[in-house]
Amino acid sequence: MRWFWYASPQTFFPLAGRIAPWCGLAAAILAAAGLYVGFFVAPTDAQQGEAYRIIFIHVPAAWMSMFLYVVMAFWAALGLAFNTRLSGMMASAIAPTGALFTFIALWTGSLWGKPTWGTWWVWDARLTSELILLFLYFGFMALHAAIEDPRRADRACAVLALVGVVNIPIIYYSVQWWNTLHQGASVSLTRAPAMAKTMLTGMLLMALAFWLYSIAVAMVRVRCIMREREAVAE
Amino acid sequence: MSEFFAMGGYALYVWGSYGVTVLLLATEIFLLTRRSREAKT
Repeated sequence: MRWFWYASPQTFFPLAGRIAPWCGLAAAILAAAGLYVGFFVAPTDAQQGEAYRIIFIHVPAAWMSMFLYVVMAFWAALGLAFNTRLSGMMASAIAPTGALFTFIALWTGSLWGKPTWGTWWVWDARLTSELILLFLYFGFMALHAAIEDPRRADRACAVLALVGVVNIPIIYYSVQWWNTLHQGASVSLTRAPAMAKTMLTGMLLMALAFWLYSIAVAMVRVRCIMREREAVAE
Repeated sequence: MSEFFAMGGYALYVWGSYGVTVLLLATEIFLLTRRSREAKT
């Protein structure tokens, strides 16, 4: 694979244009399937009643918020190491969507917490570190907007993104390291999921939908950034 | 039908979550479409 071939905005631009619509279409289909399973197939939870149906967006959004940050930091690192123009553009293209999913995770978590825990918000480790993630995304975007020269902004933001990546394992392991009100993981790669199969199916479908949505949106946004910064063509 | 929308008494929480999520994603798509249009010209 000639990886550096695609590191040039001019070669990546048409590729991104071809990827985006397919990912967008797949995201829409998967979301429809996920919502169908989530609302009509998955049974009512014995303890939480219908309120648990919030997890079909809460958990996938929380996964995406962390995953997108890691991808953003990965591009940032590539940019610092190889000085490729595409890297900074990709990092900037991902940041707003990452912030969006972080906000959705916090918002839906709050709406789930009120009926289940009896409170909208607590300063426990999981919730606080996720809030810090939101501020990291905001900081990244604000810093980028504050520096006039986009290449300098890319480098400064890359450092910020890399320093902030320390927060990701803190979010992920917070429920194990500290005594949090937030429950531990219900789904893990190493053991059987602690929920009904149909619930898990709905959640995974929604996670895939959010994944593909993020790719589609990031591809469209990176094309905007390329057009705004330099002359690119199909 | 109305039973479905009542969500067993959790309507505010469930639809509050889904509504805001849909609204935010739609806003992102709208803003991005506008940005694409402006970037083309």
